[in-house]
Amino acid sequence: MILIRSIIRPFLLGSIIFFIFSFGNKVKAQDGKALFSQNCASCHAIDKKLTGPALKGVEDRWGGDRKKLHAWIHNSQAYLKTGDSYAVNLFNENNKIPMNAFPSLSDKDIDAILDYVKDWKPATTPAAATAGSGAPVQEGDNTLLFGILTLILAVIAFILLQVNSNLRKLSDSKEGVVSAEPIPFWKNRTYIAFVVIVLFLVGGYYTTKSAIGLGRNKDYQPIQPIYYSHKVHAGVNQINCLYCHGGAQDSKQASIPSLNVCMNCHAAINEYKGEKIYNEEGEEVNGTDQIKKLYEYAGFIPGKPWDPAKAKPIEWVKIHNLPDHVYFNHSQHIKAGKVQCQTCHGEITKMDEVKQFADLSMGWCINCHRTTQVQFKENGFYSIYEKYHEDLKNRKIDSAKGITVETIGGTECQKCHY
Amino acid sequence: MSDNKYWQSFGELNNSEAYQQASKDEFREELPFEADTKGFLQAITPRRDFLKYLGFSTAAAAVAASCEVPVRKAIPFTNKPEDIIPGVSDYYATTYVQDGDAVSVLAKVRDGRPIKIEGNNLSPVTSGGTSARVQASVLDLYDTARLRFPSINGKEATFDAIDKAITEELAALKKPVVFLTSTITSPSTKAIIGEVMAKYPGTKQVVYDAISYSGILLANKASYGKATIPSYRFDNAKIIVSLNADFLGTWLSPIEFAKQYAKGKKINEKKPEMTKHFHFESVASLTGSNADERYLHRPSEAGSVALGLFNGLNGQSVSISDATLKKQVEKVAKELLAHKGEALVVSGSNDVNVQIIVNAINELLQSNGKTIDWATTYNTRQGIDGDFATLVNDMNAGNIGALLIYGANPAYSWFNSKKFIDGLKKVETTVSFNPKADETTQLCKYSIPDHHYLESWGDTEAKTGYFSFLQPTIAPLFKTRQWQDSLLKWSGSTQDYLTYFKSYWSAKVGGENGWNKALQDGVVNPTATTTIATTAFNSTVVASAISAISSSKKGGKLELQLYEKVAIGAGQQASNPWLQELPDPVTRATWDNYVIVSPSLAKTLLNIDLSNDGQADAYEVQPAKKVVKVTVNGKSVSLPALIIPGTHPDTIGIALGYGCTDKMGKAVIGTGKNVFPFVDGSSTTVNYFVTDVTAELTDDLYKVALTQTHGSYDTKQGKRTEVMKELALVQFKEEPNEIRDDREKELKPFGGLENFEKEGTIYPYYDKPGIHWGMSVDLNTCTGCAACVVACHAENNVPVVGKPEVMRFHDMHWLRIDRYYSGDVSNPKVVFQPMMCQHCDNAPCENVCPVAATNHSSEGLNQMTYNRCIGTRYCANNCPYKVRRFNWADYTGADSFPDNQIGIVNDVVMDMNDDLTRMVLNPDVTVRSRGVIEKCSFCVQRLQEGKLKAKKESRPLEDSDIKTACQQACPTDAIVFGNVNSKHSAISITRAENPLRTFYSLEQLHVLPNVNYLAKVRNLDTEEKDEWLKGDKKEEKKIEAVEKSS
Repeated sequence: MILIRSIIRPFLLGSIIFFIFSFGNKVKAQDGKALFSQNCASCHAIDKKLTGPALKGVEDRWGGDRKKLHAWIHNSQAYLKTGDSYAVNLFNENNKIPMNAFPSLSDKDIDAILDYVKDWKPATTPAAATAGSGAPVQEGDNTLLFGILTLILAVIAFILLQVNSNLRKLSDSKEGVVSAEPIPFWKNRTYIAFVVIVLFLVGGYYTTKSAIGLGRNKDYQPIQPIYYSHKVHAGVNQINCLYCHGGAQDSKQASIPSLNVCMNCHAAINEYKGEKIYNEEGEEVNGTDQIKKLYEYAGFIPGKPWDPAKAKPIEWVKIHNLPDHVYFNHSQHIKAGKVQCQTCHGEITKMDEVKQFADLSMGWCINCHRTTQVQFKENGFYSIYEKYHEDLKNRKIDSAKGITVETIGGTECQKCHY
Repeated sequence: MSDNKYWQSFGELNNSEAYQQASKDEFREELPFEADTKGFLQAITPRRDFLKYLGFSTAAAAVAASCEVPVRKAIPFTNKPEDIIPGVSDYYATTYVQDGDAVSVLAKVRDGRPIKIEGNNLSPVTSGGTSARVQASVLDLYDTARLRFPSINGKEATFDAIDKAITEELAALKKPVVFLTSTITSPSTKAIIGEVMAKYPGTKQVVYDAISYSGILLANKASYGKATIPSYRFDNAKIIVSLNADFLGTWLSPIEFAKQYAKGKKINEKKPEMTKHFHFESVASLTGSNADERYLHRPSEAGSVALGLFNGLNGQSVSISDATLKKQVEKVAKELLAHKGEALVVSGSNDVNVQIIVNAINELLQSNGKTIDWATTYNTRQGIDGDFATLVNDMNAGNIGALLIYGANPAYSWFNSKKFIDGLKKVETTVSFNPKADETTQLCKYSIPDHHYLESWGDTEAKTGYFSFLQPTIAPLFKTRQWQDSLLKWSGSTQDYLTYFKSYWSAKVGGENGWNKALQDGVVNPTATTTIATTAFNSTVVASAISAISSSKKGGKLELQLYEKVAIGAGQQASNPWLQELPDPVTRATWDNYVIVSPSLAKTLLNIDLSNDGQADAYEVQPAKKVVKVTVNGKSVSLPALIIPGTHPDTIGIALGYGCTDKMGKAVIGTGKNVFPFVDGSSTTVNYFVTDVTAELTDDLYKVALTQTHGSYDTKQGKRTEVMKELALVQFKEEPNEIRDDREKELKPFGGLENFEKEGTIYPYYDKPGIHWGMSVDLNTCTGCAACVVACHAENNVPVVGKPEVMRFHDMHWLRIDRYYSGDVSNPKVVFQPMMCQHCDNAPCENVCPVAATNHSSEGLNQMTYNRCIGTRYCANNCPYKVRRFNWADYTGADSFPDNQIGIVNDVVMDMNDDLTRMVLNPDVTVRSRGVIEKCSFCVQRLQEGKLKAKKESRPLEDSDIKTACQQACPTDAIVFGNVNSKHSAISITRAENPLRTFYSLEQLHVLPNVNYLAKVRNLDTEEKDEWLKGDKKEEKKIEAVEKSS
C-alpha cells in the first residue's frame, strides 16, 4: 500500500504538471491571432502585401516545411546565410529589407501563428449594426417608486389630519364648545415647522452629496481629436495595453503613446475593415477616416517613408485627472502590485471612446487598499516583514484576508500625499 | 561635559528677561487677534459677522474651486526617444563651473528639466560631495535676469550680424586683442583660445579672479619655481594649522578639503584618535568655528604669526608684541614640531611674503611630499593681480584694441573699478560673454551671453589629470551661445564647439566608446593611483620675505578684514534667492552683509554692553541694528553692525560679494553693499584687509533678517542646554561612558535606557514591523557648511519668503543648522547642529492636531498631510524642536486667488513664482498653499521611490536605494539614513558602532526621536579643556545670580 502510494504521488504530481503544461500550450495556440497582431501585423497582412509579403499560403510556398520557417522567423538574417534559394529570392524581391528577428517566439508560438494564417478567411461584410437595440433594462431601482409611495402616503396623512380636525371642529360646535378661529394649514406653525425640517434634511442631504461630488468626474468622456476606439485595438485586435501605455510599468504616468508608436502599425494598416463603429450619438464613425486623421498629424503619406520630424503632436483630452496633492504611481500598481488595468479603468476592451470608469475619490482608493492583498510571498521585498510571515504561518492572520495593502501601511496619509 | 553651558544668543547666555519671554511663545510676533475688552458683541468682528463671513467664504471657495473643471490636455511626444520615459528622472553627469571652480555633479532631469544637482561619486576629487553654491546652481539656470539674446549696444541683434560685425572689427584692428577671463581650466577651450590667438597675432590672455590667489601663486613660483597650487592632503595630517584660510567654507577647494578633514575627525570609539586643528583668524569663519583651538589676531599680524611659527619651529624666539598671541604661537609651534611629516600649515593670505614663509614652515615640517602633493596641482586659480593691473594701465593708455571678456566682472570686483571702467571706454571693441547684464557687460558694446553650464558642452581640469565633463541637460532656454562657438566662428573654423570638443577628446579617451563612457561617467581620472610627490624648495627667497614681513605696516587702532561668505563668495551667484535666504553658518543672518564686531568692541563702538540685560535685549530682540559708517581712504560705507563672538576686539569684518547692480536679479536689490573698493591694492597683490579704518556710530538703524533666535525654545520640561552634548577628547579617553552614563542616570526612574520607550509613558507600545526609518548626524564631522539646507530647498520645493518675512520669523527652512556657543564670550567654542523634524515616535505635535493632519506612519514617519491641515498651528506650538513651518502667506502662488500675493510677498518671492523659475520645482512634491504647516518629511518621495525600486526588483531594501537630499549633499558624510530594523543597514551599524556618543536631542521628554546625534568630541588636552570649562563656570555663576535675584 505504502509502496503504491509512493508511486502514485509523483505520478499524480507529474500528470498534474503535464496537464497544466499542455493546457498552457493549448491556451497559447489559441492565441495565434493575438500573436499575429502583436508581432507580425505591423509588416504583414494575410491577403495583401505591406512592407512584407502577404502571408496567405506561406506554408505552401516554403514547401510545407515548418522547421525552415521557424528558423527564418527566429532570425531571418542568420537563415539567409544558409543560402536557401527561396529565402534569398524572397529577400531580394522585398527590396532587401531584412525581416525583424523574433528570438522570443517559441516554435509553438510560430506554429500558432501559422495555424491562424492557414485557417484565416476573409471577413464577410459585418452584419447590420446591432447598436441601439432596445432600451437598457431597468435595474430594479425602486427609489422612485418608494418616493411616490411616500408622497402618496404623506398626502393621505395630510388629508386625514384635515378630516380629523374638521370632524373635531364639527363635534365641538355640536357640543357647544367654542373653538378658536380655524387656521388654514399653510399658516399652521406645526405644518410649517414640519415642512421646513423635511426640506432642510432633504436639501441638506443632496447639497452635501453633490458638494462632495464637486470636482469628481466619473463617466467623463470628452470628445477626442481622433475617434480612437480602444475596443477595436485592445478588444478586437487584442493589443496588449502595455504596448502603447508602456509607461505604466516603468513610471508614475502610464503616458499616452507617442505618434511613432501609432505609426509602428499604422504605417501598414491604412484602412479599417472591422465591424462598424458607432459613437455616443449613434452615428457611424468611419474608421478609415480616423486613420487618415492620424496620418495628417503624423505628416505621413501612404507609400512613402515616414519622417517623424514632420509630425505634429495630437492634443488628447486628459480624462483621468487627480488633484495636485495626490501622488499616484502606475508602475507601483502594475509592476509591484500586479493589478490589472481594468480594475481601475473598467472594461476598456469594450469601450470605443474611453470614459472615466471610477470616480477616483479617496474613498475609492482606500477601499481597494483595504481589501487588496499585496504580493506578500511572491515579492522578495516583503521578506523584511518577518513578523507578518510568522503570523501568517501561525494562522494569527486570516489567510483569506491575507496581507493587504493596509496591513503594510498602505492607507497612511504619506503613501499618497507628499 | 554636563557642566557646559550652551547658548545661541546673548539673551540665552544671560538668561535675560526678553529671552525668557520670547522662548515661552512659539510665534514671536503678535498674533492677529484684536484685544477684546469691550465685550463680545462690540468686538470688531461679532459673532453674527463671523458666521456671515464663514458662510460666504465657504460658499465662495466651493464655487470658485469647483464650478468649472478645467479641460486638461495630454500631449505625447511625436517621436519619443527610446531612453526617455515621461515621469522617470534621468541623471546626467556634468560639471558645475563657476569661474575656476569645477565640481563633478549629476543633474537630475525630469521630463526635460534639470531640477536637482547631486554630487558625482565617480570623481575622486569631491567623491560625491557638494556645496551650498553647487546645490543652488540649478536655480541660476531658470534665473529671470539672464540675458535672453545677443545685443549690440544694448539692442537685440542676430548672431550672424554680431559675428559679421565683430570679425570685421577684429580684422581691421591695429592694436592687440586681449582675452580677459576668469580662470579657465578647460583644455579644449584653451586650445580654441590658442587658435584665435594664432589668427589674430599679438593676442594675449589675462586671467582675472574675483578673489585673488596671486599671493600663493607667486610665492610658489619663488619657492618652487611653479606658479601653481599643490594638492593639500588634510587627511594625512595629524596637526592642521590654518592661518586665516577658510578651507572648509570658501578657500580653494572646500568640498574636497571638507571630505579630507572629516576623515581625520571621524572617531573610532574603541580607539579614540583624531586630528587637531589650530586656527588663527581675525573674524569668525566657518573653518575657525570648527577648529579645536581658535586664536585671534589682528589682520596686520598675519605676517608676524606666520613668522612667529617659522621662528618657533627653528628654535628661535617668537617676536610678537601681544603676549597671549605669542604664547599661542609658541604652543602651536611646539605641537607642530612634535608631528613632523604629519602636519600641514595653510594660509589664506594673499601676501606673497606670508605665503613664502608658510612654504618654508611646511618644508621645516617635512610636509612636502606627505601632506602636500606636488604631483597634482590646482588649475582653479591662475589670476595674477600684476598682470591685470598692467592690462588696466594699457587700456587707459589706449593700447588695447579689443577686449573679449568671459566670466570676469572687474567693474564690480576690482578695487579700483573706476580706473577699469575708464580704460574700458578707450577700448574699441568690447565683447562680453557674461550670462547677465553685470557691471562690466553693461559697458561692453557686444553682449553674447554664454549658456548656463547645464546647457553647455565642455570639459574642465580642476586638478592636473582629473578631467570632468559637461553635457547639456536641457536645450538652451534663450538665444544664447556657448562662447567657444563664438570663438571658433571668429577664428575662421567651420566646426562648431561640439564637433571640436568631441574630436579633441575622442582621440584621447579611445574613440567613440571611450568618449561615450567619459560623458556618461562625467569624469576621466588618472589611470594609475598617483603617488604624492615632492618638489625642490628654493630657500633663498625666505630671508627677503622675513625682512619684508618684519618691516610691514603696523596696524592702526581698528582694522578691517574683508571675507567671503560660504553662500555668497565673491557674489557670482548673489542673485540666487536660495543662497541669499540661506542663513550664514556663522552669523545666522540672511539677505545682507554687515559689519561684524566683537562683544568688547560693541561696548565702545555701539554702546552695547552685552552683560547688561537691557542693552543686550535691545540689541537682540529687534531686527533693527545700529548702523556703523566705515571709512577707508576717504571711501565710506554704512552698514548695520552685528556682534559676533570669536572676532578680534580690534577688528571688524565685512563680507564681499554684495551690492552688485540691480540688473543681476531681483534678489540682489537692496541687499547689502559692495566693499570691493576697500580691498587694499597698494602692493603687488591685493590684500583683503585694511590696517587702519575708522568706524563711527551713526544714528541710523537698519533691519537685518537674523534667524539665530528663531528656533529657541525653553520650557520647564526641556532646557535648551540639554539639546547639545559635547566632550573634550581627554575626557572621552578618561571616561568614555560619560554621555551614556548621564543618559542612563537621567532615564533611570523611567526604566533606564533599555526600557525607556515602554516604561516612560502611559501610551501603548506599538510594533515596528518591516521598515523603521532613522537618521544619524555626526556632529564631529558636520562642518556646518549648509549644503544640506540648500539641497533640502531644491528637493522639497521649500519656498523662498524674502527678507521682510524672515524678519518676521517666517523663514521656511525645513532643515536649519543651529549654532551653539560655549565657553568664553570673546572667543567661544562653536558647535553646529543640523536640526530638522526628529520624526518622534511619540510625537507631541500629533496628538494636538484637531483634524489629524499630522500623524504617525507605521514606518516611523511623522506625516504631514497638507490638504487636511487647517492651520491651527497647535502642532508647531507643541513641537519641542521648533521645526514646523507655517505658510503665513501664499509664497508659492498655489492659491486660486492671485490677490493673495500682490502687496503681501515681495518681489523676490514673486520672481520665484515666475513660470520660468517654477520649472525648478520637483513634480513629486506638493507645492504648499497658504495656511498649512509643513516640515521635513525625511524626503518621503525618495523613500517611496526607493521602496518601489526594490519591489520592482523583488528584493529587500538596500541602503543604496535611498538617500535623503541632505545626506546626498553632505560633503563629509555626516548624515546617515536608513532602515533601523535591518541589522545590516548603515544606520544600524553607525548606531551600534558609536554607542558612547549617541544621544537624542531632548531625550528625557520621551518624544522618542528617530534622529540621533553623535556627540562632538573636541580635540583638547587637559589644560585647554579646563580653560574651556572655566569660561563656562563663569557664565553659570552669573546665571545662578540672575536666577536668585529674580
